[in-house]
Amino acid sequence: MSSLARRIAVVALAALLAACATKQGSVVLLPERDGKATAVVVTQGGTQVPLGQPYAAANLTSAGPKAYQSSAQEVQTYFAAALAAQPLPPVQFTLYFVEGKDEFTAESKAIIDGVFAEIAKRPVPDVVVIGHTDKVGSDAVNDPLSRQRAEVVRAALLARGIAVDKVVAIGRGKREPIVATAEGVAEARNRRVEIQVR
Amino acid sequence: MKHAHVGPWSRWLLTSLALGLSSTAAFAEIGQIKVAKGQVSVDRKGQVLPGQVGLLLEAADVLKTGADGSVGVTMRDNTLLSAGPNSILALERFEFDATTSQGRFDSQLRRGTLSVVSGRIAKQSPEAMTLRTPSAVLGVRGTEFVVAVDE
Repeated sequence: MSSLARRIAVVALAALLAACATKQGSVVLLPERDGKATAVVVTQGGTQVPLGQPYAAANLTSAGPKAYQSSAQEVQTYFAAALAAQPLPPVQFTLYFVEGKDEFTAESKAIIDGVFAEIAKRPVPDVVVIGHTDKVGSDAVNDPLSRQRAEVVRAALLARGIAVDKVVAIGRGKREPIVATAEGVAEARNRRVEIQVR
Repeated sequence: MKHAHVGPWSRWLLTSLALGLSSTAAFAEIGQIKVAKGQVSVDRKGQVLPGQVGLLLEAADVLKTGADGSVGVTMRDNTLLSAGPNSILALERFEFDATTSQGRFDSQLRRGTLSVVSGRIAKQSPEAMTLRTPSAVLGVRGTEFVVAVDE
């Protein structure tokens, strides 16, 4: 065989093997609802394929992952049933307190009505109440304080008729401020309680 | 009335029972079935449970859907998982500290189709959530994606 013929044979064989690679599945990255950066890294055998753009996709095959560009239409064709079964995303409400008291502001009372409207939309609702503090003090102080704030709101929800086993109260301390501040800064907007209905 | 005489021992028993039940409810559950259509079941420790809306899920549960089935789950860290027909999804490992958001979530799609919206675990630490298929590992940095495993 001439070297050209050999080269052609090798290329043809490689193409044949690629064509014969059994497809085992696929992964498609979807666009973000809120426009934030997103990524999934697909690892198969020793090969990594990072997916970083909307509809970036990889076919999983017996010869490793093969990157390709998928589309909204293809996703609908293959994943309509899975996507239709997606639970309603958690909805979040934020309550603020009258300074120095366990008393909601007038706006916060209206927000609690919104919480109950959201609960009514869901077949098996559960509620997570998350307390936050500002950055004054250590975790040892702020973790229990944020939990106490959440417990006050949980008690208010229970008083309005939510079942005890449907509401949990947790404290995030100072880990998730709305307004970024230095340590030790008092900031009213960070002293809050979030209610997630899911 | 006999039952009015509750001794200290039984009172202790009742109290610990009540505490035990409430903490079990808070910590054993890793998520809940929010949506179910057609045939859905959950394998748990050798038992097969009907996959009804409202069922609380535990680590190592395996969700299965039939040819007409689909199921949607909200995990404790707000991860949303939903599987289409003829799917098998194993929730192998789930640990989550609600205060710090630290945790670990490993699951495997053995067959079928799955849509994922990652939650607080993946947001807190990008290495903390993986989804496997029989031949691949997906590192989930966030947030929304779909996976198919062919038969």
